Amino acid sequence: MAILINAEHLSRYYGKHCAIKNVSFTLTQGEVLGFLGPNGAGKTTTMQILSGNLAPSSGRVEINGYNLQDQAKLAKRSLGYLPDTPPLYKDLSVQEFLYYCAQLHGIPKKTIAFAVIKAQERCGLISVSQRLISNLSKGYQQRIGIAQAIIHNPDVIILDEPTVGLDPLQIREIRDLIRELSHDHGIILSTHALSEVQAVCSHVQIIHQGQLILKESIVDLNQKMDTGSVLISTRLKPDLTVLRALAGVLSIEAISDLQIKIAYHLTDNPTSRIIGTIISSGWELQELTPLKKSMEDIFITLTQDND
Amino acid sequence: MSMILTIATREFKSLFLSPLAWTVLAVLQTILAYIFLTQVETFNLLQPKLATIDGALGLADIVITPLYSNAGIILLLITPLLTMRLICEERRHKTLSLLLSAPVSNVDIILGKYLGLLGLLVLAILMITLMPLSLLSGGSLDNGKLIANLLALFLLVTAFTATGLYMSTLASHPAIAAMGTFGILLLLWILDWSAGLQEQRSELFEYLSLLRHFQNIQSGLISSVDICYFLLFTASFMVLSIHRLANERLQK
Repeated sequence: MAILINAEHLSRYYGKHCAIKNVSFTLTQGEVLGFLGPNGAGKTTTMQILSGNLAPSSGRVEINGYNLQDQAKLAKRSLGYLPDTPPLYKDLSVQEFLYYCAQLHGIPKKTIAFAVIKAQERCGLISVSQRLISNLSKGYQQRIGIAQAIIHNPDVIILDEPTVGLDPLQIREIRDLIRELSHDHGIILSTHALSEVQAVCSHVQIIHQGQLILKESIVDLNQKMDTGSVLISTRLKPDLTVLRALAGVLSIEAISDLQIKIAYHLTDNPTSRIIGTIISSGWELQELTPLKKSMEDIFITLTQDND
Repeated sequence: MSMILTIATREFKSLFLSPLAWTVLAVLQTILAYIFLTQVETFNLLQPKLATIDGALGLADIVITPLYSNAGIILLLITPLLTMRLICEERRHKTLSLLLSAPVSNVDIILGKYLGLLGLLVLAILMITLMPLSLLSGGSLDNGKLIANLLALFLLVTAFTATGLYMSTLASHPAIAAMGTFGILLLLWILDWSAGLQEQRSELFEYLSLLRHFQNIQSGLISSVDICYFLLFTASFMVLSIHRLANERLQK
């Protein structure tokens, strides 16, 4: 897989205040990297540096192999960026605006009309294409911002809080769009909605007080979230001694007569044996829920540890 | 190059999307038409006397020169209002990042913005020129004088626009950019007034004065000193603007 973004030791100071400190990471094709952090953690600063809007105090960024500082034009060719406030000229119509963006990104004249229509289609803007941007709702404006970032089919797409201000249906559409785009692009998106990361990202990176404190794939993260316990409800009272005797079971906590919590070894998951025992003993299984730490829990533990 | 044109065209078109450009053109044209008619009337009154004097002032001196001088002064007032939004408003509305993250250089952005606005002012100059040209239907004009005046006014607005653009890259609010531009331009305009006081003449001030060079070209005396002054003036502010925009990324 081609490395699309290579950020090395990025630091950024505003006067004496340090916004990000020694941040390094890479993004490869097909990855959707979720940038997660509380307010003021340095998400937007990092995004601005990656998009060439802000020069880092130290460190370097390579996009598609081109240094963002020295070969800015070449590097920016493969970059689509949606800032936290969508950069829209409000006195233009959607179509005019996207046409201008296409021109700015150097799309050949013959294919501009096609690119504009394609971007409008992808972001659901066809029905409003003739309307003035200033008259459209926040949700539509956000979508125009996304359309603007993907119109030239860039290798790297940077989205700063792409689903802010959208209704649940629109959020789902945008997430579908991101998933679709992720097949042949590398995407970085920042958010503080943890569910969003779980929904669309393949990797997650948590930034706190300007420093990266976690970089993990979602699969690994999900494993980490496994607490090694299940919650079980039955219709008749089970015999706890029988269950405790099963291999892998560590302890059983009875929450009520009909509800128990079983902790087990992470290496030896006894869930299927538990189910088998309950059914063959005729206790009638009603519910079995693997207990997981929520993303919130992980987030909070990580950010509080570093305080 | 194509990027400069793209940005310039967008800027030029956008000016006409707001009432601002239309208002500016209308006000400019109305005031100057009034001045033009007054001057033509003056000429009509003076003509019988002038005809008897050999080598006296002609139509061009009485009508065209005052017309373009006044146009210069009105543009001094108007240009800051047009240039104030160029970069400043993009920054305020956070649309600057569209340009900064696109594959265009700072030079492209500055030149594009500059040429876009200059387009409007050139259009205004051409519309003003229609008035003296209308005199051709009833008489003859000193073409050399007309062209000298046109050139003088054109060079003047290139300098005005460059100053305004630079102030717009500096200021955080359009009104401040307008005020700053107006201040600089007016100061440079009146700088040679001290020349009237014989003992306090300063050659430096006279050289720096916009008005002095403007009038030199207007009189039909097209010397490289005056042309170079305007070119240098414009180029300096353009370089400063590009530099300022590059710094935009470094500090915030």
